[in-house]
Amino acid sequence: MIVFLGIALALVLVSIVVYMLLTRKLREKYAFFWIVIGLVVLVLGIFPQLLEGLTLALGVQVPSNLLFSLAIVLLLGVSLHLSWEISQAEDEIRRVAEETALLNTEVERLSARLDALEGAGRAERVELPSSDEVAEGSRGRDEDRSR
Amino acid sequence: MTGSAQDEPGAVDMLDPIMIDSLGRVLVIVPAWNEQANVGNTVREILDRTTGLDVVVIDDGSTDRTAAVAREAGATVIALPFNLGVGGAMRAGFTYAQRHDYDAAIQVDADGQHDPAEIGRVLDGLRESDISIGARFADKGDYSVKGPRRWAMLFLAGVMSRVAGTRLTDVTSGFRAANRRAIDQYVRYYPAEYLGDTLDSLVAAVHSGLSVTQVPVAMRQRMHGNPSQNPIGASIYLFRSIFALGLALMRPGKTTGGQTA
Repeated sequence: MIVFLGIALALVLVSIVVYMLLTRKLREKYAFFWIVIGLVVLVLGIFPQLLEGLTLALGVQVPSNLLFSLAIVLLLGVSLHLSWEISQAEDEIRRVAEETALLNTEVERLSARLDALEGAGRAERVELPSSDEVAEGSRGRDEDRSR
Repeated sequence: MTGSAQDEPGAVDMLDPIMIDSLGRVLVIVPAWNEQANVGNTVREILDRTTGLDVVVIDDGSTDRTAAVAREAGATVIALPFNLGVGGAMRAGFTYAQRHDYDAAIQVDADGQHDPAEIGRVLDGLRESDISIGARFADKGDYSVKGPRRWAMLFLAGVMSRVAGTRLTDVTSGFRAANRRAIDQYVRYYPAEYLGDTLDSLVAAVHSGLSVTQVPVAMRQRMHGNPSQNPIGASIYLFRSIFALGLALMRPGKTTGGQTA
């Protein structure tokens, strides 16, 4: 019974990972570890005698000790990998945030200049009575741009 | 001279000829996080006490009116979308300085601790080196600390003096100026980690061949908030600073800017 549970768990794990990969919910670099873990559980589930053989060969007292140690090592690897990835991501986020702020400042500066220039241009044109329509037109364009 | 001289009308006319000859265009970078009470006064004071300097306030994700107050006071505002810490704010400022072709940049904290009257003195330090630090312990002013916090400062100062090859007494001071070479280095590498903005950035700058000097300045009382003076907080500060400095010293290869892209 316990053998079937192990196999079922491994199959569920692997199929979840594959499903997430297919639907692009998991990126390949994170999937690697999970596929390895899933396959190891699957193999050990199908051939439990492998674990006993390995236990004897490595001189570990009880098979379950070996299993737990392996699990701990693998999970350590996974969490270290995640810490590394999140550090990278934070650094990139920081860079993007700085860039956004700088660009925002540039946009503010440029739109202030543009407003000043267009305001000056409009004032000049309004003085001529015949250019009312031209001024209207440029105002319309101005609104379009601000949207 | 095209860049941001135009966004502050009148700034160009007020340029002090002596400053143009010696240092060129100088940018004052004011990192501010929820400083609506102080940032206005700080900016106005900088603009009043100096001539020809452009002031840019980095609003580090404030939830109060810091950005609006700074803008009213006459500063250009760079508003970060969320809080990045002094390191992130300063790198944004240095990047701004680099892109707008400033010859030098100086950090002045928004809380009023750095006296704008001393800006000229700190900038003068750039005549002989790439980075100039306004130091509060250089026999000036009456700023005093005790216990573990003082040991931490003495330890950091001792190590940093050896690294920089010059006597430094206040390496965690944020009142510091940078010339073009130092601005370029800071844009490449300016960590946002705890203490990274002062210690790590300085170590990286020295390792990449920049020179450092310190200038004695008087610091004023912070208008609000105090660094932890209780023994436990100060001890944590001591250990964290040793940790940060140890890491910085152990990575000499970092100076070529592997982190940036």
